Amino acid sequence: MYGGGYIPKEESRKTVSNDDPEMLATFEERVTRGEKVEPRDWMPAEYRRQLIRMIEQHAHSEIIGALPEGTWITRAPGFRRKLALMAKVQDEVGHAQLLYSAAETLGKSREAMTNDLINGKSKYSNVFNYPAKTWADVAVIGFLIDAAAIVNQVANSKGSYGPYCRALERICYEESFHLKQGHSVFVYLATGTPLQRSMLQDALNRWWKPIMHFFGPSDEMSEHTLTLMKWKVKMATNDDMRQQFLSLYVPKIQELGLTLPDAELRKDPESGKWLFGDPDWAEFFAVIRGNGPCNAERLAVRKAAEVNGAWVRQALRQADAQYVTPLA
Amino acid sequence: MSVEIRSLDPRVNRLGLHIHEPGAADTLPPHDHWGTYQVFHQKKRGDRHGAVGIVHAPSPELAMVYAKEQFGRRGETANLWVVDTRHVLALDYGDQDMFATTPEKSYRDPGGYKVNDKIDEYREKMSHELTP
Amino acid sequence: MNLPLNSVPIEETHLEPLRHLLTALADDHLILGHRHSEWTGLGPILEEDIAFSSIAQDQMGHALGFYTLLHEYFGTPDPDIHAFTRNEAAFSCCQLVEWPIGEYDFSLVRHLFFDLAAGLRMETLSHSSFKPLAQLATKIRGEVKYHMFHAKTMVGQLGNSSETVRSRLQTTINRQFGLALGMFESRPDEQILDDANIAPIEAKWRERWLEALHTILESAGLHLPDPDRTEPVYGGRKGYHTEFLQPLLTEMTEVFRLDPQAEW
Repeated sequence: MYGGGYIPKEESRKTVSNDDPEMLATFEERVTRGEKVEPRDWMPAEYRRQLIRMIEQHAHSEIIGALPEGTWITRAPGFRRKLALMAKVQDEVGHAQLLYSAAETLGKSREAMTNDLINGKSKYSNVFNYPAKTWADVAVIGFLIDAAAIVNQVANSKGSYGPYCRALERICYEESFHLKQGHSVFVYLATGTPLQRSMLQDALNRWWKPIMHFFGPSDEMSEHTLTLMKWKVKMATNDDMRQQFLSLYVPKIQELGLTLPDAELRKDPESGKWLFGDPDWAEFFAVIRGNGPCNAERLAVRKAAEVNGAWVRQALRQADAQYVTPLA
Repeated sequence: MSVEIRSLDPRVNRLGLHIHEPGAADTLPPHDHWGTYQVFHQKKRGDRHGAVGIVHAPSPELAMVYAKEQFGRRGETANLWVVDTRHVLALDYGDQDMFATTPEKSYRDPGGYKVNDKIDEYREKMSHELTP
Repeated sequence: MNLPLNSVPIEETHLEPLRHLLTALADDHLILGHRHSEWTGLGPILEEDIAFSSIAQDQMGHALGFYTLLHEYFGTPDPDIHAFTRNEAAFSCCQLVEWPIGEYDFSLVRHLFFDLAAGLRMETLSHSSFKPLAQLATKIRGEVKYHMFHAKTMVGQLGNSSETVRSRLQTTINRQFGLALGMFESRPDEQILDDANIAPIEAKWRERWLEALHTILESAGLHLPDPDRTEPVYGGRKGYHTEFLQPLLTEMTEVFRLDPQAEW
């Protein structure tokens, strides 16, 4: 799960390229025709750089995303919930593996990506820097954050880079299981005892802001952003994806009699667009800069997993190991 | 100086982690995550194996152990192959032009042999000749 | 849960012994599956993380299978209530499965010890004269085969990697061996089931386990500690547990206990 739409301002103001115009033209014609770009094709340097950034962040989001929900693995109530949550968190790890593999085809090794993650150089989705305080958080994450991720990932799966599309195709299938299991927990709590319902309402109140942040602030429609859209790296604007999410899921929350903590949230009958209050973009930027409630813990845990596993990896590493870019 | 992490996740608390001051950067050495194996999956007996992705593994045996769960944990699986990525020779996409004219070579395809017109013509002619 | 009224008649004298056997199996799988699940998201490498998580899920599934048999044929409460509401004294798991996950070598060696035993148990039980158990054991057998493929490959390759790692594993094996022998603590009424071809006495499983383990360890450059000079850690089957079990249960049931009658 991931909200990958957000392109930082300093990125979106970059000059696009000084690539060979003839190669660039051939490349752009291919993308416009709807043909996929494959790993060893010629591609503009900026296309490669942005794809690595985006797929890598997506992969980091999956592996870090395993932590907030992992918080409840040992406490899931009952066999069915326990099995489902274990399988779901396992899938997130599996998605990270698939996405790192896709990014590797662009020439960045998994070790290099991992180093950038644990040393705080690369980003991942902000939403995972928030704590999962109660079992009801599992419902909100599994239902609404996975739903938001699906909106984003379905859009990206129609992008131009073959390996990323192939990974997303499988990921979207598995995310639909996550969404179903999340919705199931959500509905059981919403229709359950007063205690269960109040846990859920509380979780919803706490997660609504990060959910509104999920797709990122409105895009800066720079030449850079437009080029990425032309190259089918960025497939939809952040605002469009947020609108799509709100249209699909606000009714599903409201039909259960739950409320959302935004008095201004409503659908404008004239434009058909959702209106909402300021979701506190200052907080969004603060969390990106590393000052969210769980940033330090998430990175420390991820680093610990790598460090504690180092002896296993090093013992098995073969003397003739050499890096070969995966094929596809 | 370091601060002990008190997490909401009891598993994390049992790891006894500390947040260290910046500067304690950890760097994985090259090949720390091993090499890669290409995985081929066969859904049912009688189907072809198809390439489904890669696993990082230090040996073919562990590649198989890992492929089984990363690519066979849902749905049906009849069989798996794993191949060291170094042993796969792939054609360059730049050489795709070698195939550009292949679809035009109709003499290799069943559709390139259309004789019904000839047969109809012949039958037409014969029917005239047989008529007294 | 809807219960099909069981159609397999069980002799009165077999009821209690069978209940003891199934509860031991169910509790062992539940507690170890729970322990293994603590690795999900924290494993030594992504691929291993995924594989180990599947093993944890399988074990949880096996536990559910045994609790379901207990529920359907022996009148115990439904699996969720049975697993999530008893206190430690009512559990009959062996102490091996209770220990915290430790470092990866501790969990790996425990997984080898346990799944080797589970594989042998399921192999015999798949021929049990108590058909519902035979059917369940047959289903579980294939999954345990994968667990052993994983355990043998991992232990084999680590054992043959370097002297440091080999001796690290050997130390873990030596320290855990008494706990592992505790898996075969005899059940008070086990002879009755053996006589009825329902399940062998624990000592028979123990002999086969030692033999198979010897072969596996030898090919990994490791050795089997002397079972005659190791004190088995017994007590688990009778409800005597380590200091780790009750906190595990308290944690596992934290949400469930908020309201055991609620649907979660």
